[in-house]
Amino acid sequence: MSNRAIDILKTNEAEILGDWLQDLQKSGWGEGGQFSDGDWKGHAREFLHLIGNATRGGSFSVESADAAPLRAFLENLSRTMATRGATSAQTASFVFSLKKPVFARLRQAHASDATALADGIWSATELFDQLGLHTVATYQKSREDVIRRQQEEMLELSTPVVKLWEGVLALPMIGTLDSSRTQIVMESLLQRIVETGSEIAIIDITGVPTVDTLVAQHLLKTVTAIRLMGADCIISGIRPQIAQTIVHLGIDLQGITTKASLADALTLAMKRSGFVVTKTT
Amino acid sequence: MERIPILRIGEFLLVTIQVDMHDRLALTLQDDLTRAIEKTGAKGVLLDISALDMVDSFIGRMLSHISAIASILSASTVVVGMQPAVAITLVELGLELPGVLTALNAERGMALLRTHMDMGVTTDGRRGGE
Repeated sequence: MSNRAIDILKTNEAEILGDWLQDLQKSGWGEGGQFSDGDWKGHAREFLHLIGNATRGGSFSVESADAAPLRAFLENLSRTMATRGATSAQTASFVFSLKKPVFARLRQAHASDATALADGIWSATELFDQLGLHTVATYQKSREDVIRRQQEEMLELSTPVVKLWEGVLALPMIGTLDSSRTQIVMESLLQRIVETGSEIAIIDITGVPTVDTLVAQHLLKTVTAIRLMGADCIISGIRPQIAQTIVHLGIDLQGITTKASLADALTLAMKRSGFVVTKTT
Repeated sequence: MERIPILRIGEFLLVTIQVDMHDRLALTLQDDLTRAIEKTGAKGVLLDISALDMVDSFIGRMLSHISAIASILSASTVVVGMQPAVAITLVELGLELPGVLTALNAERGMALLRTHMDMGVTTDGRRGGE
């Protein structure tokens, strides 16, 4: 059985495009609408043309090789929409708005034959549903990519290793410490120690809201790794509540130099490397 | 058979690991180094592992064994130039190498050995001051 929807699309491509363009204009996809480059007519024409290409074999599946350019088009559309902050409904409406002109043409072609009309509408719905679902799926994926990228950026931003003095590095930690973050922190700090040849690293945990046994464990690991590399580590910025928690939890921080503030830690670091600060007045 | 050279510099021994360590090579090194300390009466061993970019628990244990053996023969050991990835791996393996002295590079390792000798302290893993 030939696919009525595909036949209609093939034989009435120009008319459908004309109707569709009008609908798009009305629903906000037209001039100055969702397409930022202004070539909305070109996009619509391309989309219709790609559907034509994908259905050359008389049947349609969104997974088929023929539909690859069509998929690419939809993925591109979803990505653009996702990065511009449009909702998934808005994105999918581009595909679904094509239903109306196609249905209208189907009705015209099979006005007298209800069965044929139902068949045609069913196959058209199938086709558009596949396209719509694919659009939404890729839209979702693009959004997730955006979120993941932002998370990574935040991770990098939140762990800057700064040079405080010749041979003294500091790492002001902000936010909760979990395994993946500690790993990144540890790696970037150790790498900087190698690059700069610094002998002392100060980890400042003023910005860490809570310290539990797991966080302490991570800190201990970092300190040990720094010692193995041949540098020394000072932990600073331990707030009174945190100090109490550490003792209550029974965490053993023996063997680790801890200071209340970053200033104290820097003073100690300078003393160790043989610097003296004097006030000139 | 492949061997890791042990160079004598004054009263110190310098061992630079520049090949991938496998277990037998590690054992040979341990053996050779023990003999060399005994023969030369060296007071310090500098173990440069800056070219080592992969370790397993065996090599990690070897580092701590060498240090312990050397300390029995009254020589201090300094491990220098450990790569970040190696340090992280050792910590994750639970090999924290207590009692092993470390330094960032060979130069500082040498200086550390000298101060240790001057102070006449044995290897206890803690540096002077503080």
